[in-house]
Amino acid sequence: MADIDNSILSVRKLDVKFHTDDGQVHAVKGIDLDVRAGETVAIVGESGSGKSQTMMAIMGLLASNGRVSGTARYRDTELIGLPERRLNTIRGAKITMIFQEPMTSLDPLYKIGRQMAEPLMYHKGMSARAARPRVMELLKLVGIPDPERRINSYPHELSGGQRQRVMIAMALANDPDILIADEPTTALDVTIQAQILALLAELQQKLGMAIVFITHDLTIVRRFADRIYVMRRGEVVEDGVTEELFVDPQHDYTKMLLAAEPTGTKAPPPPSAPVLLQGTDVRVSFKIGGGFLSGPPMLLQAVDRISVALKKGQTIGIVGESGSGKSTLGRALLRLLPSEGRIRFENLDLSKADREEMRPLRKELQLVFQDPFGSLSPRMTVGQVITEGLLVHEPSLSTKERDRRAIEALKEVGLDAASRNRYPHEFSGGQRQRVAIARAMILKPKVVVLDEPTSALDRSVQKQIVELLRKLQADHDLSYLFISHDLTVVRAMADYIIVMKQGKIVEEGQTADIFDNPRHSYTQTLMAAAVDTTKFRLAG
Amino acid sequence: MLLYVLRRFASAVPTLFVIVTIAFFMLRLAPGGPFDLERPIDPLIIENLKRAFNMDKPLPQQYMLYLWNLLHGDLGPSFTRRDFTVNDLFRFGLPVSIQIGGTAIALALVFGTFLGSLAALRQNSWVDYSVVGVATFGITIPPFVVAPILSLIFGVYLGWLPAGGWGAPGSMVLPVATLALPQMAIVARLTRGATIEVLRSNHIRTARAYGLPSWVVLYVHTLRASILPVVSYLGPTAAALMTGSVVVETIFGIPGIGRYFVQGALGRDYTLVMGTVVVIAVFVVVFNLIVDILYAYLDPRVRYD
Repeated sequence: MADIDNSILSVRKLDVKFHTDDGQVHAVKGIDLDVRAGETVAIVGESGSGKSQTMMAIMGLLASNGRVSGTARYRDTELIGLPERRLNTIRGAKITMIFQEPMTSLDPLYKIGRQMAEPLMYHKGMSARAARPRVMELLKLVGIPDPERRINSYPHELSGGQRQRVMIAMALANDPDILIADEPTTALDVTIQAQILALLAELQQKLGMAIVFITHDLTIVRRFADRIYVMRRGEVVEDGVTEELFVDPQHDYTKMLLAAEPTGTKAPPPPSAPVLLQGTDVRVSFKIGGGFLSGPPMLLQAVDRISVALKKGQTIGIVGESGSGKSTLGRALLRLLPSEGRIRFENLDLSKADREEMRPLRKELQLVFQDPFGSLSPRMTVGQVITEGLLVHEPSLSTKERDRRAIEALKEVGLDAASRNRYPHEFSGGQRQRVAIARAMILKPKVVVLDEPTSALDRSVQKQIVELLRKLQADHDLSYLFISHDLTVVRAMADYIIVMKQGKIVEEGQTADIFDNPRHSYTQTLMAAAVDTTKFRLAG
Repeated sequence: MLLYVLRRFASAVPTLFVIVTIAFFMLRLAPGGPFDLERPIDPLIIENLKRAFNMDKPLPQQYMLYLWNLLHGDLGPSFTRRDFTVNDLFRFGLPVSIQIGGTAIALALVFGTFLGSLAALRQNSWVDYSVVGVATFGITIPPFVVAPILSLIFGVYLGWLPAGGWGAPGSMVLPVATLALPQMAIVARLTRGATIEVLRSNHIRTARAYGLPSWVVLYVHTLRASILPVVSYLGPTAAALMTGSVVVETIFGIPGIGRYFVQGALGRDYTLVMGTVVVIAVFVVVFNLIVDILYAYLDPRVRYD
C-alpha cells in the first residue's frame, strides 16, 4: 500500500485476537489503514469482517479477552499499549466515537445534559454548570428541537434519531480531530437515517474533523466518503478513492458487495386469481396503564380500520417505520392477536373462530420472523425445529416419513440434509433464516406472513433470501404478506404495496406506481430517504 | 408523586384489613386458649377471666371489638403477661429491635455493595473468588450457629464484648453482626451479578470511549444501576429484620419483639400475636413503599403517575 502523506491516524499491521472457550478467534489480521486530517474514510464489510473491532482496538475498548498487536499512531502518540490514564486524555477529546445502538449507548439514569457535559468536565476541567452553555450550543448544532427543554430530558424520552443526534453532539464537544462512527444509522428508520447522514456531512464541512465511517452498506457511503477500505474476514481486501472503487472495483468481494442489492420486480397475479385472505376494517388496540385506583386505561389504536385483500400468488408489501403498526397488522390477520373487524380466509370467517377451530388453519397460515437468532429454540436440532409443526398437524406421519419431509424442506431452502442433526447456534444468520423458512414451508402453507425476514441480515445474504422466497412463491403459488421498512427489498418482492403510518394506511397501490409516483407526502419522504441512501448502483 | 404515595397508603388499608381478619380467625381456629393450663382451674375463675377479656361474647362481636380498638391504636391487654398491655410490650421492645435490625441492614448495605462491586471489577481473580466464597459461606451458615460461636469467641474466650444481655456498652455488636453477616453476603452477591451485567452494557462502553476516569465510570455510571436489584431486595428484608429475630433475641437475651410472635402463639396470647402481625404488616407496607419511591428516584424510567 502506498504511504499516505500527512495522515493523522496511521495503523500498521494491526492484529486482534480473541481467546474464547472454543479456541482463538482471529478478528483482525494485520491490517494497514490511514486517516488524513479532515477526510472521510469508510470501512465497509459485512458482519464478522473485523471492521468494528479494528476501531475498538485503537480506542482501547476491546472486550477483556481481546489481544492487540501492531501499531496505531495518532499524530505523535502510539495508542496501542498506551496506559489507560494517558489514553483517556485522547479518547473523548481528540478521537471520539458514536455507536450503532443509539437506544442503549446513553446512560438511562442521567439527563442528557449531564451526560453531554461529562467529556467537557473531565477533559477541560469545567464544572457541570460551566459546561451548560456549550452543551446548549451543541444541542442546537445537531438540530435538537427545543434544546432548553431537551437538555433536561432523560434518554428514554427521546426518539432513536434524537438520541443519535445527542451522541453526535457529545462527540463534538471537545472539537475532535477524528470522529469514529460505527454503523451510526443502521438501527434507525430510513427517513431518520438520511437525516443523520446529512447532519454528519454538514458538520464535517463546518468543523473540519476527519470521519471514520464504519458500515456494512457500501451504497450509503458513496457520496459521503473520500476513501473506502473494504474488509472481509479480518483483512482489507481492497482500498481506494471512492469513485474509482465504485466504477472499477478490483476485488471479487467488492464486486459482489456492489451487486448485492436485490433486483428485479414481481408481476402481479392474474386478475382472475381468487382472494385468499381478506381483512375488513381490522382494528387492534392495546390498553396502556389503568388499574386499582389509577383510573381507566388509555387505548392505543395500533391498527386502525385497515382493509386488505391478499390474492393467490400475490405479495403485498406492508411498509412503514417502527411503530407504524405493520407487524401488529400481520399478526392480527393470522389471528395471533385479538382484533376487531372481519377476517376471512378462503370461505371461512376467522374473526369468529376460537383456538380449536383455528388450529387446523394454522397449517395454511404461516409466519416467519425477523430475528433468526431468537426465533429458533436453541435446545432443539434443526430437524426437530422444522418437523415440530408436522407433529401437530399431521400426527399420523411415520418418523421415517417426517424425516423425508424434513430433508425435502431443507433442500428446498438450499440447506444440506445433514444439517437437520445440528443445532441452530452452529448456523449463520442467513442459514438460520433459511431454517425458519423451511419450518414454515414443510407444512405446505397457502399464506405466509414474512415479518422483516431480511432486516437482520447482511446485504449479500438478503439478496439470497429474497431470491429464495421468490423461487418458493413461484414453485408453490404462495401468497405473501411481506412486512418491511426496507424499500429496496420490498420493491424486489412485492407487486402491491401498503404504506402505513400510525396504524392507518396512508397510501396503497401497485408497486411501480407507488415507487414512480408517490402521492402522499409521507410516502414521498420515505421514498426520497430511501433513494438518498441507495440511489447508486454499480455502473453497467 | 405525592398523589402516588397517598394512593399507595390508601390501597394499604384494605391489605391490612384482610391480613388482620385472616389472622384473627385463624388464631381462634387453633385448639386451646390462653387460660388452658396444665393444672385445671376452677371453671368459675375461667368464666370470670373470659368476661374480663371480653371472651364470653360471640366471636364476630369480639372481632368487631378488636377492629374498633385497633382503629384507636389500642392493641389490647396481653393475655399471658397480665401486667402489660400489648402496646406497652411494643413500646419497650420495638425500639430495641429497630436499633439492632436497622444497624444490621445499614452495615449489610454498605459492606455488601462495596464487596460486591469489588468482586465484579476483579471478576475471576482471587478477590472475586474470596468474596463469592465468603458470601456463600455467610448465606449457608444459619444464625443459630453463628450467634453462639461469636458469643463464645468474643464474649467468653476473648472477653472483648458482652456475651449476651442488653444495655451494657458493646452489647449491640454481636447481635448486629449475627444479623448483618448473611444479609451482607446476599447483598454482595446481588451487587456482583448486577455490576457485571452493567459493566457489559453499551452506555459503559460510551463512558469509556469518552475518556471518563475509571472512578466516574464506576461510581457515577455503574453503581447507580447495579444497586437497583439490591434496593428491591432490601425492602422486605429491612421490614423483617427491624421487627426482630427470635433466634438472635433468644441466644443473646435481648428484649426485642421478635420472640413475642413465637411465645404469643405458643401461649395462645391472642392479642400479642395479633399485635405482632399488625406491626410486621405495617413495616412491610411502609418499606415496600420506601423501596418504590427510592427506585423511581434512582431510575427515571420508572414513573408511577
